[in-house]
Amino acid sequence: MSTPAPLIEMRGISKSFGAVVANEAVDLSVAQGEILGLLGENGAGKTTLMNVLFGAYAPDAGEILVQGRPVTINNSADALAAGIGMVHQHFHLAPRLSVLENLLIGIPGKSGRIDRAGGLARLAEIGRQHGLMLDPGLPVSALSIGEQQRLEIVKALFRGARLLILDEPTAVLAPTEVDGLFSALRSMAAQGLGIIFISHKLNEVRALTHRCVVLRHGRVTGRVDAPASTTSSEMARLMCGHEIVPPAKGPSSPGAAVLTLDAISTSRHSGMALADVSLFVRAGEILGIAGVSGNGQRALAEVISGVLAPDAGRMTIAGKAVSRFSPREVQALGLGRIPEDRMTTGLVTNLPLADSMVLPRIGTAAFSRNGLLRPDSIRAFAEAQIKAYDIRCPGPMTRAGALSGGNLQKALLARELAFDPKVLIVSQPTRGLDIGAARFIHEKFLDMRARGCGIVVIGEDLEELLMLCDRIAVMYEGRIVGTLDSADATIARLGLMMTGVEGHS
Amino acid sequence: MIVVLEQIFQVGFLAAIIRIATPLAFATLGEMFSERAGVLNLGIEGIMLLSAMTGFTATSLSGSLWLGVLAAVLTGALMGAVHALFTVALGLSQHVCGIGVTLFSSGLAYFLYRLIFGQQSVPPSIKSFETLPIPVLSDIPVLGPAVFNQFSLVYMAMAAVPLAAFVLYRTPWGLSVRMVGENPRAADSAGVGVIATRFQAVILGGALMGLAGAFLSMVQFNAFTFGLVSGRGWVAIALVVFGRWDPWRSAGAALLFAFVDALQLRMQASGLGHIPYEAFLMLPFIFTIVAMAVMSRNAVAPSALLKPFRREER
Repeated sequence: MSTPAPLIEMRGISKSFGAVVANEAVDLSVAQGEILGLLGENGAGKTTLMNVLFGAYAPDAGEILVQGRPVTINNSADALAAGIGMVHQHFHLAPRLSVLENLLIGIPGKSGRIDRAGGLARLAEIGRQHGLMLDPGLPVSALSIGEQQRLEIVKALFRGARLLILDEPTAVLAPTEVDGLFSALRSMAAQGLGIIFISHKLNEVRALTHRCVVLRHGRVTGRVDAPASTTSSEMARLMCGHEIVPPAKGPSSPGAAVLTLDAISTSRHSGMALADVSLFVRAGEILGIAGVSGNGQRALAEVISGVLAPDAGRMTIAGKAVSRFSPREVQALGLGRIPEDRMTTGLVTNLPLADSMVLPRIGTAAFSRNGLLRPDSIRAFAEAQIKAYDIRCPGPMTRAGALSGGNLQKALLARELAFDPKVLIVSQPTRGLDIGAARFIHEKFLDMRARGCGIVVIGEDLEELLMLCDRIAVMYEGRIVGTLDSADATIARLGLMMTGVEGHS
Repeated sequence: MIVVLEQIFQVGFLAAIIRIATPLAFATLGEMFSERAGVLNLGIEGIMLLSAMTGFTATSLSGSLWLGVLAAVLTGALMGAVHALFTVALGLSQHVCGIGVTLFSSGLAYFLYRLIFGQQSVPPSIKSFETLPIPVLSDIPVLGPAVFNQFSLVYMAMAAVPLAAFVLYRTPWGLSVRMVGENPRAADSAGVGVIATRFQAVILGGALMGLAGAFLSMVQFNAFTFGLVSGRGWVAIALVVFGRWDPWRSAGAALLFAFVDALQLRMQASGLGHIPYEAFLMLPFIFTIVAMAVMSRNAVAPSALLKPFRREER
């Protein structure tokens, strides 16, 4: 007896966008009941490949076979008909419509009407089968990110998907939600579904998948048949093409304090307010701010950046008191800032990259004269930074939103570091970035540290903080519960403090 | 004051509200369907005028009222398709195209009317629909003669409201319309044709605007004049916002506007004090502005309104 044809097979898929080759002669197959990991750095072509499979892009060459039969997939309706379901990185849901309505979109009704009863029954059935429970009546806007993802999975199953594609599903989830997702995926695979799991998180791929395919620069550069018994560094080498060694951190030699907060309190804030926060950062050191997201980190970043004026307390930058709390004032005193959300507060996605790169200093003599912009110097500045930081883009006049996350983060870093800040405040510096890009950002931080800049890193990734920082302060409910020297800090100890237990070094 | 109050509770006053509300209800529902699918149709004013013209002309030439209604509906649907061609298929600015459609349709209406009827000292008119009393219901005191002794187009408007709500909220097509107006990408990935759904919604909306035009020239005025629509299309756009993109609320908004309009007509007629009649004429529009200012604070437009959909765009 011959082996059954794979559930889905892609043969020799190539796809280019203009001069950019996103996929080149990619072969890939998934069997029934198999969880396939699709690994690769940002921009390696993972999402493009899956969009070809789901019918969003037409491939330039290659064919797709479903259970041995060639199929043409021109749009998502074709993909759904072929039994392919996709959970996009950015959910495809209408927030104001209900869970049930989002589920029933595109489903033919019963005698001309929406089949609510049938929908409810299927929803409950799928929920029981895989532990994916959802309240059908709630508007999607009332769901947590994890529940929205669950709805996307249920949507695909509802349409009879036999192959489920998940594009970086864990990037948006909290650790506990990741466990729930994995057990649901295992349950689906056990019932014969094929799953393609796209990620660049090696430990997740090793924990979940049966087999994986590694993409780099649009080509398959490796196939791993036993991910669980392959080391992370081996997989990282396949992904990046070279060994990844953590950057070496030199000994710290902190100087005078360049940023101090003295009993800062805020009242009104959309998130958690600050209560009596005092901290300092010295020249040439990196201070980490750890904590479960939503414990006042955003307010802290906003106060330091001059966006939010505190109700009480004092702040100094490079020895000078901050009086008005405006972004312009703190910037003039020597503060550089990389905000948490690149797309909304970081830059203007619809403007050319060059404009976003000079935005915080648009009124300074470097970029404007007599109230008029100096387009040549703006362009020259952007071009120089693009070169210095190896920002991959067609040019300085590219729409900023078209860049990948890693390149955007590099652009934001370049725009601040070009002006030699005395203090740098960054939030979630490597969220959503792949190993190579994260490594680059880390090196730059250590470089700035060696040059005497004081850096505040707000983050949730404790491993990253331990690797980068000299001291780590932990926030809980708007307060600093303690500060540890990195040498004394462990993940367990920080984790305990993050639940509000005081700690002192 | 007493005189005014007495007039309010006359049968004629109620009937006037219904009559004024009918074209507004058609137009508002039409605009609502279009906007729910994510397409603002500023062509409404011109579409109503052109449909009023074609409906009137078809009846005038053929003698059949229903043929005229059909001509008006087809005209509205056709102009809706033109608007959709530019805004949905080509993804051009909805504001610019809508105003273009209004200017074009209005110009075309004047031109064709002159071409067909020439310049006559007495403008041509048609014999309009007659009222169609509904047995039993029309015998209800006050309400009966006002509401159930009306023209067939009025009954159609009354039926159109629950029908629109049913289609929008209970049918798969209505769900698709709402989805493409909220998140076209979600609809697309669920296998719904975004372009097709938007076309259908804008064409249906245009057909309803055509009915509004037909009512004006064939029931309300029995003639076509150049000032026939006189801003009713623009009012409908405001009423959609006032009605929060919901069929029932939109129809309610149309009734409320009609009430104020009927009221000001009565106040003009009653010669209240020495107030110039122009002041009364302003009332419904002042009402619209105030109502919009108060109500639209909580109104949330369809998320994808004004946004063209292109699939390969990242």
